[in-house]
Amino acid sequence: MRISVTINDKMVHLDVEFDEFLADALRKHGFFSIRKGCDTSCCGLCTVWVDGRPTLSCSVLAFRVDGKTITTIEGVQQEAEQFAQILAAEGAEQCGFCSPGFIMTVLAMKKELTQPTEEQIIHYLTGNLCRCTGYMGQLRAVKMYLGGTA
Amino acid sequence: MFTIKELAQPDTLTEAYNLLIAKKNNAVLGGCAFLRMGSYPIATAVDLTKLNLSFIREADDYIEIGAMTTFREIEVSPILQQYANGVLPKAVSHVLGVQFRSVVTVGASVYAKYGFSDLITALLALNAEIELVQGGRMRLAEFLEKPLTKDILSRIWIRKLECRASYQTLRMSASDYPLLNAAVTQTGSHWLVAVGARPRKAAIAQQLSAALSASKIDLEQLDFFANIASEELSFGTNARGTAQYRRAMCKVLIKRAIKEVLMCESV
Ligand SMILES: Cc1cc2nc3c(=O)[nH]c(=O)nc-3n(C[C@H](O)[C@H](O)[C@H](O)COP(=O)(O)OP(=O)(O)OC[C@H]3O[C@@H](n4cnc5c(N)ncnc54)[C@H](O)[C@@H]3O)c2cc1C
Ligand code: FES
Ligand code: FES
Repeated sequence: MRISVTINDKMVHLDVEFDEFLADALRKHGFFSIRKGCDTSCCGLCTVWVDGRPTLSCSVLAFRVDGKTITTIEGVQQEAEQFAQILAAEGAEQCGFCSPGFIMTVLAMKKELTQPTEEQIIHYLTGNLCRCTGYMGQLRAVKMYLGGTA
Repeated sequence: MFTIKELAQPDTLTEAYNLLIAKKNNAVLGGCAFLRMGSYPIATAVDLTKLNLSFIREADDYIEIGAMTTFREIEVSPILQQYANGVLPKAVSHVLGVQFRSVVTVGASVYAKYGFSDLITALLALNAEIELVQGGRMRLAEFLEKPLTKDILSRIWIRKLECRASYQTLRMSASDYPLLNAAVTQTGSHWLVAVGARPRKAAIAQQLSAALSASKIDLEQLDFFANIASEELSFGTNARGTAQYRRAMCKVLIKRAIKEVLMCESV
């Protein structure tokens, strides 16, 4: 089946199987920032934006994004780099495998919530697992990125 | 992982239903988060996206929710946040992360009658009704008692009343399945208490609901009321907890919920 999607502001036509998930379709198309950590909808590593909303690309059938807008971390490079630098400075990135998905969720949160409380931040980021850092460094980095102090 | 041989995108619910029942291994696609955990070979996948079932609408007497509405849409809906102390948004907000809740759908979640469901418990306490294409409209409580038949759940109705509500859940960690959950509503003098993840599917605590509805409740009596639910309902054991633990925790959740309802403003 042929679908047309706007990926990072560029219209793309993809040939996808009915049972192919978006994460696989995007990786096939060269978007290797998309990672699969669990493939059971639990870890958030595969997060991309579909029409601006953070979504698990491992769990959305590719044909369903026909006509929609997809944003991967390649599409928000500048903001992603800015936040990634803070993450690294806070020691909140070790192997880095979880980072693309985590960053996409943090950037979505920034667009959606105005001055979120610590509780709101933690709640919003519950779906992003990290097996290295223990989350406190990430929380510090997020707070700094959002303009406060850690 | 499941496989799909053919894909159908019907234009009407009747067409969708006829496609579904045409073959034993035809299946409806919800958000696919649960389907993908299995290895079911689907002959024809019936995709409902062309049927405009993604909506939350408010009429004078009812709130209507379409089957393809996602948990995230429930969570951020101003209509639902303002109704019954936002009990539905609160219930679904515990389910994994935002990006997961943008995927999973209401229709699949209710139709599948998952024992661990957060949504079903809250809907039960709101005395919601559901509509099946073939089975017609009925109360959710009635649907949960019926054997599962091949059908399509198209929408859910919640009657709009002056209702106060509370949702409580116990989880081993933030994004885990619930070990137990409970929802309590008070509409005038009428109380409704539902308990889920027992780990069996949610049920109404009939005796407790009747006892609360017949009494003038004060905070001193909470232990007495909480005991009624923990005695009348059955509980089971699974990897997350024993029946005994669930029974004990049921009292705690019910007490918290009744207390919260007594203290909150009606909306
Ligand atoms: C890892 C994981 C963790 C979860 N944790 C929780 C939790 O903590 N709390 C909670 O409440 N839920 C939880 N769930 C369940 C989740 O919230 C959804 O209820 C579940 O994924 C089904 O929704 P779906 O849209 O993904 O359905 P699908 O996977 O698409 O479908 C599930 C079943 O319903 C059928 N179906 C789909 N739509 C309809 C319809 N409209 N009418 C009739 N049949 C239909 C499908 O054919 C299939 O048999 C979890 C699920 C997963 C995968
Ligand atoms: S790979 Fe998608 S949630 Fe883990
Ligand atoms: S830095 Fe290694 S998983 Fe997060």
